Amino acid sequence: MQRIGVFVCHCGSNIAATVDVKKVVEMAKMEPGVVHAEDYQYMCSEAGQSKIAEAIKNEKLTGLVVCSCSPRMHETTFRKAAERAGLNPYMVEVANIREHCSWIHKDMEEATKKAVILARAAIAKVNLNASLKPGESLVTKRALVIGGGIAGIQTALDIAEAGYEVDIVEKTPSIGGRMSQLDKTFPTLDCSACILTPKMVEASAHEKINIYTYSEVEKVSGFVGDFTVDIRKKARSVDMDKCTGCGVCQEKCPSKKNSNEFNRGLNTRSAIYTPFAQAIPNVPVIDRENCIKFKTGKCGVCAKVCQAGAIDYEQKDEILTEKYGAIVVATGFDTIKLDNYDEYAYNQSKDVITSLELERIMNAAGPTKGHLERMSDGKAPKNMVFIQCVGSRCADKRGKSYCSKICCMYTAKHAMLIRDKYPDVNVTVFYIDVRTPGKNFDEFYRRAVEEYGVNYIKGQVGKVAPQPNGQLLVQGVDLIDNKQILMEADMVVLATAIEPDPSVRKIATMLTASIDTNNFLTEAHPKLRPVESPTAGIFLSGVCQGPKDIPETVSQAGAAAVKAIGLLAKDKLMTNPCTAKSDELLCNGCSTCENVCPYGAITYEDKEVNDHGIRETRRIAVVNNALCQGCGACTVACPSGAMDLQGFSNRQIIAEVDAICR
Amino acid sequence: MQELINRAKELLADGTVARVLGWKAGDLPYNPEPAYFEKEEDFENFVYNGFCGANLSKYMIEASKLEGKTLVCLKPCDTYSFNQLIKEHRVDREKAYIIGVGCKGKLDIEKIKGMGIKGIESISGAEITDGADTLTIQTLYGEKTCSYADAMLERCHVCKGKEHKIYDELIGESKETKDAERFDSVAAIEAMSPEEKFAFFQKELSKCIRCNACRNVCPACSCRKCVFDSNKFDSSQKANVDSFEEKMFHIIRAFHVAGRCTDCGECSRVCPQGIPLHLFNRKFIKDINEFYGEYQAGEDTDSRGPLTDFTFDDVEPGIVAERG
Repeated sequence: MQRIGVFVCHCGSNIAATVDVKKVVEMAKMEPGVVHAEDYQYMCSEAGQSKIAEAIKNEKLTGLVVCSCSPRMHETTFRKAAERAGLNPYMVEVANIREHCSWIHKDMEEATKKAVILARAAIAKVNLNASLKPGESLVTKRALVIGGGIAGIQTALDIAEAGYEVDIVEKTPSIGGRMSQLDKTFPTLDCSACILTPKMVEASAHEKINIYTYSEVEKVSGFVGDFTVDIRKKARSVDMDKCTGCGVCQEKCPSKKNSNEFNRGLNTRSAIYTPFAQAIPNVPVIDRENCIKFKTGKCGVCAKVCQAGAIDYEQKDEILTEKYGAIVVATGFDTIKLDNYDEYAYNQSKDVITSLELERIMNAAGPTKGHLERMSDGKAPKNMVFIQCVGSRCADKRGKSYCSKICCMYTAKHAMLIRDKYPDVNVTVFYIDVRTPGKNFDEFYRRAVEEYGVNYIKGQVGKVAPQPNGQLLVQGVDLIDNKQILMEADMVVLATAIEPDPSVRKIATMLTASIDTNNFLTEAHPKLRPVESPTAGIFLSGVCQGPKDIPETVSQAGAAAVKAIGLLAKDKLMTNPCTAKSDELLCNGCSTCENVCPYGAITYEDKEVNDHGIRETRRIAVVNNALCQGCGACTVACPSGAMDLQGFSNRQIIAEVDAICR
Repeated sequence: MQELINRAKELLADGTVARVLGWKAGDLPYNPEPAYFEKEEDFENFVYNGFCGANLSKYMIEASKLEGKTLVCLKPCDTYSFNQLIKEHRVDREKAYIIGVGCKGKLDIEKIKGMGIKGIESISGAEITDGADTLTIQTLYGEKTCSYADAMLERCHVCKGKEHKIYDELIGESKETKDAERFDSVAAIEAMSPEEKFAFFQKELSKCIRCNACRNVCPACSCRKCVFDSNKFDSSQKANVDSFEEKMFHIIRAFHVAGRCTDCGECSRVCPQGIPLHLFNRKFIKDINEFYGEYQAGEDTDSRGPLTDFTFDDVEPGIVAERG
């Protein structure tokens, strides 16, 4: 029989204001195994912890239940306190009576009842707890960064500067990401390429950084400190070592009418291409779907004109298997599809464009060489309308519930740049409200209104209708003057919501990193651990975690790098002792557990067993404790109940359920 | 049947197999039971007719541990179970010599009795070789007849097909007996309101006497030790003291065989209380088909079951909540 001590925390008034802690103490004393129960204002404080230590010594406690906040907050604190007092740390259980009880209830009687039940469940569990001992695992001193945009580049540079090897995996032919598509950046209006390309060069030249472009993460196994990752290097059809980047192949390529992804489909590119002039690496790829050689077997112009003999039509995808200690996700974003927003006529008129398309139009290297013109007829616009929050802050399912955060600022930037370069163009912005929380942000927006005469109208646009004369009729509402507005525009620019790059879902699944309903990766704690995934060894950088602008992305990238460095700096990690264990007398050898194990931790052995006097050789599941992460998938899949999770055994879980239902 | 007996004797005689697993006549004309045949004279009692519904594949778990090969007679639907057992490493393919026996649908004595035919002395027309569509039944009260199809087990009306999925040789013709849709019965229950569903299962499961026949006959219930018999989980003790837990037995059993159940229908065939237990399993099969694509457990020996496999195209678990 255990000798259990129960400690009920007030958490100041966080718990005590809603839960009658004295009553919880009193009720806990009546539970089987409980020999000591007390309450205290702050259990996590030094004084609270010494109360625990004292009780362990005086009452010869063998198990502890702390009724306090979420175990994610202070389980480690209490386990360490118990360990210092000579108790095995895994004999401590936390009953979460704050997040699961006091914070979500108002009625004291009800909340107290629930707190007692939660305590009872934890006591029932501790009665069945057993001492556990963690093992050790080694750390591979190398990091993987998934995504080669500004977030990935910055993280990689920071990790590399600390002296660790970093690999960047980027799915497109060049690093640079969304930032390379931008023209100018707010709030300073400096040229995006001018500040990004030096970083790209620095990353590619860094001796500790290895860049795999046109590559994708295919498979991830292992765990914190020891991930094994398969990287698919897609066939470029161009030899990276031989190519000199002269560009002749792209000039001569006869297949020129392929949609240019980098310019958001506003113009075309050749089938052999580099996405943009400053691409790194400056080695083209052949788009095999559109290449005449690959489609018909005839052509081969690029191979003929290539002086270096770098074209290789036979090249195949290559799978590299690498080991990493830490993985940083920096998969970035894309703009949402506008198929659900027919009222803005995006699919009907070439002159209704997204802001990212406008970036390309304004860019000197873009489809119009930086000249502002309508995509339909090349004419210079006289009236431009910007519509904010297209798909952002959307109450229904058509768009996103969140604020995309960057649109207010880039729209002010666009408006200002247009008014500066083309003072005769009238610029109108329809907005819900203008959000400018950032250093020098509001000043920037005010300059657009006050110095550049941008016409801001508080209100939304209901409809954009293309007219026979080529004009766009914009129907909106001015909420301040309380009137309907009808105006003609030559171009309409939609501040389209951003969403995590679609590739993130697959990556999150491979990493077992959690994502929210909007596909943003979830952080371990929204305030206190914002750059770590709840999955150990996975870190988050940039928009994959939530909408952010460049300065924020860069600071988060640095923070993610520091967390990764902190991990890589360790030689060994303590492993979780809560691993699965197979009962060889119950095991059927059916392989179900092996099939569901995401870590490849289960193998089968033919083993002689003595089942109550019957000696026979059986096929038995064996768990590799170094690989097992204690996820419990095997324990629920096992039909005979042979698989059990130490620290969370089937029996303990049922005991908790029974205690709750009693 | 004679061809089957002759071939079995031949294989016994030449040492290919050490024993034969088939059916022997019972004490009534309609209750043959699974049996081993090791000597020539044992075959006097060997029988294979319309009442041989018993799926012999599960017996191969124990037979796989015996010396030498066992000849096992499997009907088309039994071969699915056998494949599933191979997949789960529960039977040894090398220890089995499979004769795929023909099947023209198996008979349900309860259906015959349900037609008011009582005092049965003998039944003709149930032989596998008979081409007749009618059963002639001699009873204490005179001769009665009924159509073969009307006397068939429910499972034969939704037959998976006459193809044997695994065998060493085939003996006898099979007949297509499918004349109903397999999931219609499930759809009818799905259409009920939650209260109706509860009342329906409450009524059906209240008949259960916990004889464990369903579990013992089920080829998917092949655990060395059932969780309900193990003192490691307290489930058996709870079931003893609480009638609610008792009902949970069938729900838990259905969960345990989900994704592995081939829908062989043995659970419902052997239930002495006539509980339509197959409905639970079939509901899981229908859901699996709808969520993860068509899947037939036991179709082969190596594909991964949808519940123990993972693909990036899998539906989100929330689909169940969305569907309601």
